[in-house]
Amino acid sequence: MEEREKASLKSTGRILLAHGAGGKLGHQLVADEILPLFSNPILARMDDSAILEIEGFRLAFTSDSYVVDPLFFPGGDIGRLAVCGTVNDLSMGGAKPLYLSLSLILEEGFPVEDMTRILLSSRRAAGEAGVQIVTGDTKVVGKGGVDKIFLNTSGIGLIPDRRVLASGHNARSGDQVILSGYLGDHGIAVISQREGIFWGEEIHSDVAPLNGLVEDIFRASQEVHALRDPTRGGLASALNEIARQSRVGIVLEESNIPIREPVRGACELLGLDPLYVANEGKLVAIVGRDAASDILEAMRKNPLGQRAEIIGEIVENPKGKVLLKTRIGGTRVVDMLVGEPLPRIC
Amino acid sequence: MKYIEEFGDFRLAQDLATQIARLSKRPVNLMEVCGSHTAAIFRHGIRDLLPSTIRLLSGPGCPVCVTAASDVDKALAIARTPGVVFATFGDMMRVSGSEGNLQQARAEGSDVRIVYSPLDALDFAQREPTKRVVFFAVGFETTSPLIAATLKRAISLGVENFSVFSVHKLIPPALRVLVSSQEVNIDGFMLPGHVSAIIGTSPYRFLAEEFHTPAVVSGFEPLDILQSILMLVVQREIGRAEIEIQYRRVVSAEGNRRALRLLEEIFCPVYDSWRGLGTIPQSGLKLRKGLKKWDAEAHFDLPSRPVQEDPDCQCGKVLRGVILPTQCSLFGKRCTPENPLGPCMVSAEGTCSAHYRYGVLA
Repeated sequence: MEEREKASLKSTGRILLAHGAGGKLGHQLVADEILPLFSNPILARMDDSAILEIEGFRLAFTSDSYVVDPLFFPGGDIGRLAVCGTVNDLSMGGAKPLYLSLSLILEEGFPVEDMTRILLSSRRAAGEAGVQIVTGDTKVVGKGGVDKIFLNTSGIGLIPDRRVLASGHNARSGDQVILSGYLGDHGIAVISQREGIFWGEEIHSDVAPLNGLVEDIFRASQEVHALRDPTRGGLASALNEIARQSRVGIVLEESNIPIREPVRGACELLGLDPLYVANEGKLVAIVGRDAASDILEAMRKNPLGQRAEIIGEIVENPKGKVLLKTRIGGTRVVDMLVGEPLPRIC
Repeated sequence: MKYIEEFGDFRLAQDLATQIARLSKRPVNLMEVCGSHTAAIFRHGIRDLLPSTIRLLSGPGCPVCVTAASDVDKALAIARTPGVVFATFGDMMRVSGSEGNLQQARAEGSDVRIVYSPLDALDFAQREPTKRVVFFAVGFETTSPLIAATLKRAISLGVENFSVFSVHKLIPPALRVLVSSQEVNIDGFMLPGHVSAIIGTSPYRFLAEEFHTPAVVSGFEPLDILQSILMLVVQREIGRAEIEIQYRRVVSAEGNRRALRLLEEIFCPVYDSWRGLGTIPQSGLKLRKGLKKWDAEAHFDLPSRPVQEDPDCQCGKVLRGVILPTQCSLFGKRCTPENPLGPCMVSAEGTCSAHYRYGVLA
């Protein structure tokens, strides 16, 4: 990490909400306080899932916790999110997701009816993804111990023989950046529900399992160098991570990035930048230049990739940075998110 | 009309840029005052479309950036008082006083809540009658009428556990300080669009009449900003000095009379301290004497020691347009968005923050 970005976490000594936002502070927390305690080469790669080689097979293994508030929002709920999130992390490693664990931490007083509704949603999502929930755990804590319900899912998947691993470290100059569809739907849907703000046209979360789309991509070409789902921290954070890991630059064309009008409007009103808003049913693929049009065509045939676009390319310099060519012909840097995106005053 | 699309049109933007380049002969310093303009200019890469004769300076129109550190200390003292719910706009959370910031206070257990509207704070007061709810009123003329309206409602509903800590400020007195400055020559002002929607254009007349400096009230979309720059360049080139409105779809010359009346009912202008600009007469808003019941400053024991600023922090010079952030020795080294030393770096619309986050690297 660059010298100038070593923030003094030590000076506060406490976890801040901002550490969970998916941006620089969160990364620093993990890099400075957590990773050093468990160092091994698998963990050090820090991709969406850990890739394990066992007896000639390559397994992907990942884990995630879900604490979203509100629990239910237009287009989904925490149950669907918990399954799709882990399925997608496995898929981003190029693995076919197979089995999930599902653990619940329930707050005393939480309605069983809501728990059932959430679990049915998990079941439905697992069915869509073709995965099975094979183990789990249930804990109950006293009132205030957690906020209603927290979920954790862990998952394993199998990477097909001879599939080249897609990794954040493999982007190369000349590669094309493909985004699978509209940005910002999930984050705005959740914030709207939470704040009780309603727009003219309802905005729905895009939460969906992406493993089918990923298989379509690999069927079209093996020249898939990196896959990432832009969740917390949005597209900007995902691409900044790849730029750093691969030590390349990324240049994006603003006018090619698909964003729904109501989402754009909502972002303007709230002072949020759609590039930093969470998505739960989108992926970004860094692919070889010659393979780009085949892959794009294959993606557009899948219902989850209908609005796929080539939004930019990988360049040699500036290394580790993401640039945006704006709609009006200017250029600016797309930096990594620092903390929580704070809605502004005026 | 779909503003975001149409007002970001590539061809129209390039046309305006061509006109600006053709007309702009003499070098000019144009100051945009409003933090949202600073952010928009960076976000859209406006500088890339301008000729080298035009230098855009950022001014102090970021309410977060100009809130005095001593006021932040007062806010922290209130927030840390047991039994208090401290409601604030999001971007004040990370501004540091001499002992931390509101984000840290929250992590330490104080009940600090981010709201989008002061009405939400009033709502807390009504739902939680055993708590003392204090709203941190930061902002310029765009925001203060809303706080005035909220207070009026609190008064009419008789909500006694609600109060406001006002550090509101007024833009025109700050402009007077800037235009009279010996440090930097400002040849024209891009005026804040939404402040002007409230106050109209007459408070700016002194710029033209006393200082022969043109000023244009500008909107926030790329075409708005480019058109305003064109209007300023035209005035400069033909030697005119007038207050013009580019943002005609929102701003009228007489402003919003109802909002202005509300402000007068609730607030009175006072001598106030601006970070970076010093004390300016009649530049802040405090609650009128008769409203002490709802004035947080009357209810809490507040520190009034002057705060030691970091001697290397150059926010003052940045806020006055004297130096660019890149000319501050702390910029990007000891002072970054993750570890902001000065307020210009804290706010998403602070000049230093914008330069750091959006600025194309050398």
